[in-house]
Amino acid sequence: MRALFTFWLSHRAELASLFGQHVLLVAGSTLAAVALGVPLGIFAARRPRLASPLMAVASIVQTVPSLAMFGFLLPVPFIGGVGARAAVVVLILYGLLPIVRTTIAGLRGIDASIREAGVAMGMTPRELLRQVELPLALPSIVAGVRVAAVVGVGSATIAAATGAGGLGEYIYRCLSMVDTTVILAGAIPAALLALAVDGALLWLEKQLSARRRSRSRRAAVTVAAAVAAAVLVSSVAAARRAGGAIVVGSKNFTEQLVLGELLAQAIERDAGLPVDRRLNLGGTLICDQALVSGDIDVYVEYTGTALTAVFHQPVSSDPGAVFDTVRALYAKSGRTLLPPLGFNNTFAILVRGADARSRGLRTIDDAVPESARWRAGFGYEFVERPDGYPGLRKAYGLRFPDSPRVMDLTLSYRALASGQVDLIAGDATAGLIKGLDLVQLEDNRHYFPPYDAAAVARAGVLLRYPRVRTALERLSGRVSAADMRAMNYAADVEHRDVPVIVRDFLARVQ
Amino acid sequence: MATPAIEFRGVSFARPGLARVLDDFALTVDAGDVLALVGRSGAGKSTLLKLVNRLLLPDSGVVMVQGRDTREWEPIALRRRVGYVLQDVGLFPHMSVADNVAVVPRLEGWAVDRVASRVHELLELVGLPAPTFAARWPDELSGGQRQRVGVARALAVDPPVLLMDEPFGALDPLTRAELHAEFHRIQSHLRKTVIIVTHDMGEAFALADRVGVIENGRLIVCDRPGAVAASTEPLVRQLLDALPAIPRPSATPSP
Repeated sequence: MRALFTFWLSHRAELASLFGQHVLLVAGSTLAAVALGVPLGIFAARRPRLASPLMAVASIVQTVPSLAMFGFLLPVPFIGGVGARAAVVVLILYGLLPIVRTTIAGLRGIDASIREAGVAMGMTPRELLRQVELPLALPSIVAGVRVAAVVGVGSATIAAATGAGGLGEYIYRCLSMVDTTVILAGAIPAALLALAVDGALLWLEKQLSARRRSRSRRAAVTVAAAVAAAVLVSSVAAARRAGGAIVVGSKNFTEQLVLGELLAQAIERDAGLPVDRRLNLGGTLICDQALVSGDIDVYVEYTGTALTAVFHQPVSSDPGAVFDTVRALYAKSGRTLLPPLGFNNTFAILVRGADARSRGLRTIDDAVPESARWRAGFGYEFVERPDGYPGLRKAYGLRFPDSPRVMDLTLSYRALASGQVDLIAGDATAGLIKGLDLVQLEDNRHYFPPYDAAAVARAGVLLRYPRVRTALERLSGRVSAADMRAMNYAADVEHRDVPVIVRDFLARVQ
Repeated sequence: MATPAIEFRGVSFARPGLARVLDDFALTVDAGDVLALVGRSGAGKSTLLKLVNRLLLPDSGVVMVQGRDTREWEPIALRRRVGYVLQDVGLFPHMSVADNVAVVPRLEGWAVDRVASRVHELLELVGLPAPTFAARWPDELSGGQRQRVGVARALAVDPPVLLMDEPFGALDPLTRAELHAEFHRIQSHLRKTVIIVTHDMGEAFALADRVGVIENGRLIVCDRPGAVAASTEPLVRQLLDALPAIPRPSATPSP
């Protein structure tokens, strides 16, 4: 509890900014969902044949997991890509169903005699809609908006995976830390926001119900509009970040956050350019797409990952050859691979230290006999990648009785430590290896290709800002595996602030 | 001879896929007359009203309102010249009594003061003093009061024609008798052309200058109440026989 308040206190400016971004995401997308959903609902309510297919489509959209939706939208021009834009699109899609549904229900629930009276009095369809149908359907519509907004607060946390910001950034960032209470730093404000939104809209809904007086209805609408405007304005103010010339991205695990911050500080310090940090993007594919689309200008990739996951080339174990191949492939698509930073973050096959010591496990080969009684747990990427689990199993003849449990990479360290699984594939430089007393088994058959970390940037940006190239090149060979592990340890286990860790590191090596 | 206010000429109307509701129907209502249409449920009475304000158009034949075919009337303009009172009133629950009455004047773009004074006048006319009732809500009124508001709303822009679809059907007998008296009082001031639909022969006799009896989409009789009461048509006799015997004061046993 104490740790939580300390965290909030020391991160209060950032907390306000993330909270503001979160509110903006939800408010913007909910307003847009209302602007789209209410006319759609009105349209569907009048054409019953259209209503059911429309609702079916909206329901299907709602069942698509949000992370899948973000991934799906990445390559789509205009609405897709990385950042708040794609997140807003996804949140709008989620918000549509409840709003369309309650609009239809509200309009259909109006007594036929009331509608007939309106028509017989000589109201045009438009007058009937504005003076009779919409006011009577309003409480029902507001109920839909309430559902959409509350769902939006929750879904917006996932939007952090595509760099949209918001409180989800804390949740993602904290997943990689050992101390689970820190996850609450993002989850509690998000939950409070959801409760506040729910309560406020429920109040509005009650004020608007048909039995209330029109004067109090008008007052309620005025109050609601004023509150919404105040929240929006203050959120815009809080959410504003210094716009940077260079956009640095990163994937969503600790080492990548550290490396992203490292690139950012190097550019700020040596090139003197403002930097916009879009850290914590979902994964390799998202970062690559963002670089192609220009949503980010530079991030750190690993040569083996680029070779297999980005360019779908056969696995190779020669570091120099891999680097040259990847650099050539990047160059073809207008991107420049800078010289390696100096460490190889290979996959580390990890077991509990206690198991390793009691059974004398040193290499992956040693673990093969044990595998018949073990459960494995792997990150999403590792299960799919050609240089991941399928090849590993073949190369060593591993034979787990069950198929591996698929889980978030950062969670798998703790799953291993707590005994839920017995073997995982982590990062060789992960700070948690030391923090949780895990042991890396040697890749004695040299299955894994080299994963030399190196910055990859849009060629155009390096041409326009030669100082950025110089700044990035100055980092080459400066980060050893020990440095990297120490920084990860400082972030994950000691909970030190990443910008501070990076500042200390840069001050020491340069 | 003056143009009749409402005239049906050879009107046929069928709901899609169903038997004909009206078949070669003819009817004339003179300006300022009150016509009551009586018949069983489903005899086509409500359809007749909806043909007058163009909620429906005839399959064949012509409906003339104030000398013009309803097909030639602009529907919105026609409906604003024809007041319509429904059995379940259809007051707008999200508007006060005054706002309900003010709907059509506002649609017509009347100035604020004119609307206010007209609402005041109408509420007085239907026996609901404005200071007490203007700010009330439909759900705070009794059935009879709601129906009075319905009448006031229908009369708001002083339409020459008033259509009433079973206006007093859902009320208790005492309230109904009270509203019948009110109706006479108001009609003696306003001299509207009125068509009232009812299934109650007694109500028809109480309110109308002329009574029409409809069966299977045809007009069986249409005459002065006295003449209808004397009719020998079997259906008319049936409807008359259905009237409850009215106990006379003289028949009450003396204490």
